[in-house]
Amino acid sequence: MRLLTPFFTTRFLGFVAFSWVGCAMAAVDFTKDIQPIFVEHCYACHGEKKQEAGFRLDRKESFFKGGEYGPALVLGKSAESLLFLAVSGATDQVARMPKKSPALSSEEIGLLKAWIDEGAQWPDHGVAQAKSAKDHWAFKAPVKPVPRAVKGQKWVRGDVDRFILSDLEKEGLKPSPETDRVTLLRRVYLDLIGLPPTLEQTDAFLGDKSANAYPKVVEQLLKSPHYGERWARHWLDAARYADSDGFEKDKPRFIWAYRDWVVNALNRDLPYDAFITEQLAGDLLPGSTEDQKIATGFLRNSMVNEEGGVDPEQFRTDGLFDRMDAIGKSVLGITIQCAQCHTHKFDPISQEEYYRLFAFLNNDHESSRVYYPPSLQQSVSDLTRQMRDLEDGLRHVTPDWQERMKGWEDSVKQDQPDWKVARAFHQGEKGERFYDYVDGSIRASSYAPTYWTAEFWATNHAATVGAFRFEQLNDPNLPCGGPGRSIKGMAALSEFRAELEDLSTTNKIKVKFVNATADFSNAEKPLEAEFDDRSGGKARPYGPIQFAIDGKPSTAWGIDAGPGRRNVPRKAVFAAEKPITFTNDFRVRFFLEQNHGGFNSDDNQNHNLGRFRMSHTAGTNAVADPLPATVREILAIAPERRSTAQIAAVFSYWRTTVPSFKETNEKIEALWKTWPEGTPTMTLAMRKGAMPGDEARATHMFRRGDWLKPGKEVAFGTPAFLHPLPPDADGSRLAFARWLTDKKSPTTARVAVNRTWQQLFGTGLLETPEDFGTQSPPPYHPELLDWLACQLMEEGWSMKSLLRTLVTSATYRQSSRVTPALLARDPANRLLARGSRFRVEGEIVRDVALATSGLLNPVLGGRGVYPPAPEFLFLPPASYGPKVWTEEKGADRYRRSLYVFKFRSIPYPVLMNFDAPNGDFSCVRRGRSNTPLQALTSLNETVFMECAQQLAMQVLTHGGNTDDDRITYAFRRVLSRHPTPFERTELKSLLQRQSQRIAEGWINPAELATGKNEPAKLPPNTNPTQLAAYTVVSRALLNLDEAITKE
Amino acid sequence: MNKFEQLLHQQRQFTTRRWFFKECGVGLGAIALRGLLGQNSAQAAAPAGLHPLAPKKSHFPGKAKRVIYLFMAGAPSHLELFDYKPQLAKFNGTLPPEELIKGYRAAFINPSSTLLGPKFKFAKHGKSGAELSEVLPYLAEVADDIAIVRSMHTDAFNHAPAQIMMNTGSQQFGRPSLGAWTTYGLGSETQDLPSYVVFSTGGKGTSGGASNWGSGFLPAFHNGTLFRTGGDPVLYLSNPKGVDDPMQKDTLDTINRLNSKRLGTIGDPEIAARINAYEMAYRMQHVAPEVMDISKEPQHIRDMYGAEPGKPTFANSCLLARRLIEKGVRFVQIFHESWDQHGSLKKDLKHNCEVTDKASAALVKDLKQRGLLEDTIVIWGGEFGRTPMVQGGDDGRDHHPNCFSMWMAGGGIKPGLTLGASDDFGFNATVDKVHVHDLHATLLHLLGFDHTKLTHRFQGRDFRLTDVSGEVVTKLLA
Repeated sequence: MRLLTPFFTTRFLGFVAFSWVGCAMAAVDFTKDIQPIFVEHCYACHGEKKQEAGFRLDRKESFFKGGEYGPALVLGKSAESLLFLAVSGATDQVARMPKKSPALSSEEIGLLKAWIDEGAQWPDHGVAQAKSAKDHWAFKAPVKPVPRAVKGQKWVRGDVDRFILSDLEKEGLKPSPETDRVTLLRRVYLDLIGLPPTLEQTDAFLGDKSANAYPKVVEQLLKSPHYGERWARHWLDAARYADSDGFEKDKPRFIWAYRDWVVNALNRDLPYDAFITEQLAGDLLPGSTEDQKIATGFLRNSMVNEEGGVDPEQFRTDGLFDRMDAIGKSVLGITIQCAQCHTHKFDPISQEEYYRLFAFLNNDHESSRVYYPPSLQQSVSDLTRQMRDLEDGLRHVTPDWQERMKGWEDSVKQDQPDWKVARAFHQGEKGERFYDYVDGSIRASSYAPTYWTAEFWATNHAATVGAFRFEQLNDPNLPCGGPGRSIKGMAALSEFRAELEDLSTTNKIKVKFVNATADFSNAEKPLEAEFDDRSGGKARPYGPIQFAIDGKPSTAWGIDAGPGRRNVPRKAVFAAEKPITFTNDFRVRFFLEQNHGGFNSDDNQNHNLGRFRMSHTAGTNAVADPLPATVREILAIAPERRSTAQIAAVFSYWRTTVPSFKETNEKIEALWKTWPEGTPTMTLAMRKGAMPGDEARATHMFRRGDWLKPGKEVAFGTPAFLHPLPPDADGSRLAFARWLTDKKSPTTARVAVNRTWQQLFGTGLLETPEDFGTQSPPPYHPELLDWLACQLMEEGWSMKSLLRTLVTSATYRQSSRVTPALLARDPANRLLARGSRFRVEGEIVRDVALATSGLLNPVLGGRGVYPPAPEFLFLPPASYGPKVWTEEKGADRYRRSLYVFKFRSIPYPVLMNFDAPNGDFSCVRRGRSNTPLQALTSLNETVFMECAQQLAMQVLTHGGNTDDDRITYAFRRVLSRHPTPFERTELKSLLQRQSQRIAEGWINPAELATGKNEPAKLPPNTNPTQLAAYTVVSRALLNLDEAITKE
Repeated sequence: MNKFEQLLHQQRQFTTRRWFFKECGVGLGAIALRGLLGQNSAQAAAPAGLHPLAPKKSHFPGKAKRVIYLFMAGAPSHLELFDYKPQLAKFNGTLPPEELIKGYRAAFINPSSTLLGPKFKFAKHGKSGAELSEVLPYLAEVADDIAIVRSMHTDAFNHAPAQIMMNTGSQQFGRPSLGAWTTYGLGSETQDLPSYVVFSTGGKGTSGGASNWGSGFLPAFHNGTLFRTGGDPVLYLSNPKGVDDPMQKDTLDTINRLNSKRLGTIGDPEIAARINAYEMAYRMQHVAPEVMDISKEPQHIRDMYGAEPGKPTFANSCLLARRLIEKGVRFVQIFHESWDQHGSLKKDLKHNCEVTDKASAALVKDLKQRGLLEDTIVIWGGEFGRTPMVQGGDDGRDHHPNCFSMWMAGGGIKPGLTLGASDDFGFNATVDKVHVHDLHATLLHLLGFDHTKLTHRFQGRDFRLTDVSGEVVTKLLA
């Protein structure tokens, strides 16, 4: 995150901020240097709650008084001071402090020494601060204040203005006049939808002389679908949204459905409390919709490290820390992450309280689901209905279907051999990591190597082995629920091998398999493009189960039943040539060869096994149970206790076994073939204890935040200094979300309005939107902050209402022109005696160029897009591994910047140069820098140049016939206002000078106007020189400070 | 002043002076003027107030002014390069003592894997008698100019977190890198080039990605700028097709005149900063390609590095690093990710040394002969070490955080020093241990900073590169 406001970056840095550099080092500062040491090391035993040896050092007077052993200090003489002797352990005469926890660092001891030697200055406010943390203004729920009376009533349009004006009047300042209408229009367009008005929109507004012309525009903009896109950007920063995992592999990930959810939620003005609740716990809401489940992607935006050799638990824990941090910054506005390692030094949150909050988030699966965007939802429901109708038809023409199905059930009920689960454990090097579950199954996780043989062994008691069963099982942590690890949750098993070893004789027998069966194999097919291993077209088919025992590593068993049906359990049975009998304990060694992944496992091309389980049985005649595992489970339930859905599920399988249903079965099969391909999206799913691996997870405190040092177990809970959790609250994320969005929360509404204020006015009423704690600077207009927070809640947490209130205020409508006197008085414009003026965000910088040139493709939503970018960035050595960045050639090339694919390790340079964060962590306040790299970007980057070219084309097509008209037209497209005579003259002379050079042959006009060495299609009555010269003028216009500034 | 410089000079005079005085000065008033007309050092052509990266004073005069960091990503084996262990050779093929590996976590291997003797011979070099591997023959020639630290240790043993740790002092992403802290503290001595330049030359990219040279919560202009050794060194440096230099200049001048006029009307000094940025961009368009053109170097210098114009090699990058710091770039970092020898240890290490040894040593020699080594720190090292235990058959080593080696030279580093020692197997650093935080504290000290005082307030807390630890390693100081 970058924190500097524009004021800070350009003015403060130069004139003020670095005045400290070169200054002599200050003396030890009690509040900054000493008190934190006391808080961390001493308060536990010598603070408010406990006063061991009658000594307490959280108060000035008691500190200087000392305890049972006398005064703690001899002023100016550290060597004689008890405090120093205790913490330094300098002498055996004094017990070393702290007694029960690690000693102070030498640096801390040094600070204490210096402080004592300098006379132990303890300012009075330090005491006050320590005592009053719980009384801090932001930790008490806001109460709606009554606006103060003001003199300048005429200027006031609403309560917001009263607060602002009363402060201005106190300061002896006057507000600025309302800005001109064009500027106001462009301002509110950029603020509400992130796009400038078109010429038509500008003219319509200027032509509307009614009193409510402006409020009408505000309403239009709040209804625009682009409103959601613009405001989603801010939230997505806070949500640390990106399209890749981060860390070394930085694999692409599928979570754009969450991004679209945010856009959508904002567009339908989902109340802010529900907006937060759904993102934290949408899956746990009663009757939760698909949409609400997708909202939980918010929490999944944490980075994931799947480099070789990692322990997945370490990075799961890091991911949870990141989720806490994101909630702390974006919802709570409290820097809770400090308490990850130790009790917060300044704010009243203890380490234990941190882990109580952590417990709310610690009981989930990192799940993913198949998402059907709106464009596909219709066909999914149509197909579902058609299949149901066809099955209803079968039931209709088969009145005795229940009896017949029962007969079938009786015939299959007892047809399975006894399978004994072989609890197998992973052997060998730790490329891929494996979780072992109590049911004997194993789940692969973390780094997924390709060309990889996973080796397991199991110890068994004396038995006869005739066949092995290999089950592939679903697991919420696998892509789309598995059973495999490919993007679609699929796996390919190249070879299955087993060795048996008599433990008493160490005789080894390599099992020879003669028969293999499976409940499902896909038809033989070549691997899909994503699994290309770049071996130059070597055939690597996958399909029938026999491929797993054919001795050929290049063929594999495939289980891909196509969209809609693929993510279900599968099983295979491998029968040995003859039974092998052991009279002693023996060991089975399994080799699971997996050669059917792609060349680049860093790019999500793995095809590895996900969750699986091995069993064996005595007979060699065993075959794979053709019944789906789910059907087998239902058959185990007493018939009268089966639900309608369960009966229907059995029917759906049973009908496939009935020869006379052939025709209908084929129709249904044909429908399945048309089922659309959804897209995976990352979500959370609660661990509910429904199956092995689903057990509730206990939360422990981690000493110093180290996941390898678990301390005491803690239960869910909330910090004591905040509003209480309702007595009936459980430990679910939903309870947490409800608590966060409780109207009694002192910070939630304040944080929301402050962040919104920041987006409109450049700086929040409180400058630190992520930190409302005791270390935050005092807010400007604290009453206004509280008024807005209460107003937000009163208006049903409607963010659109809040924005409406703000952008229609007189405060917002002020001119941003600044006089030297005002600049001197209030350089950062915190008092708002003028309108805010600052460079728009990186995404909008680019969107302005796209929109004003006419290239913008305004389509909403969908996968991330790949605008032109230098190819080398996505290849080693700039990138760790090769990444896919297929430059868009069609209309997607000009989509809004919100949709540009976000690789965390290779941020899209155009946006990065304009301060867009890369999503490594939650960011609620962007910096706003002003650099030469930005200039180079908007001058020279491919799409910016294409915008200049397209704008020139528009000018010559629609801009009139004279250069004056054309320049005015181009100017108004980019800046909305008319040019001044000076501006028109400047641009015209640029046009003339460069036209002349083009005419003289210095420049290839075709190349300039098209980027290619081929003539452009010219508008009527124009020539190539004109098109080229207007490209130059357009490029200059798009690079004006004003073009990328909200004036 | 050559012709090119003259051109630049004229250009600067034109826009900066004329327009700031004539057009903007009038409307702006005292505040802006103080910056606009402020002192005008030789390095900073434009007024200081408009340069967030203007040179700044350190806490105290530092011996070093700039840094070249050769980041050997992937983690080179200290046991084959810097830390000779005869005992390891002797116990080759046997299991390590149990107490040594008790509680030890390894990335890939079972900690109870057999010990693997060093793959290369070692010999002592120079007056200092520094012990170096046979695969570092060039480094041996500068043995008396460098300090080898054999007692490094770190907290992380996976690449991405460990690289982030080594570069930012934290395993968590989001903190500013050493290079960013350096420019934050010292500013830049050039306004025509980025202050912090990054190259990547290995077989792959780094594990930590752009965050290795990120600015974290510092202003974004402290980000390292990735340079390419071929093509446009800086992204978007070249004019678009069809735009020649006079057209570019004419366009920029027009933009700046319009912006200047606007500045006069609106009065927001941010516009002045924009004008300045466009001027710098234009200068960068000329300066950067010139600096990057190593064909301008004499043949014997190119040979010294093993540099060949037009190739994206480590050697070229080392030579470019020297050229860049000569132009005032504050921090150059070359990432060479090739050192992750889980297997093929002998062959790959040999190859890596062939690629990097000559140029690394040449950099030290070349800086020295130009008098630049005095105030330039050169650092060579990876993110952790390798296990004394074998991985795979008999030719690989796993990740190892407890002990590894680095070397440094110049900028106040004590030459000819070998600091610290490890146990008989090179498993644990034992004498004069240097943690990553200590290394950072020492480097900041050399640059003139008290590492506990170079801070940035973020989220209610003063953050620093060394977090809450780090001690200056005084033995490393000349």
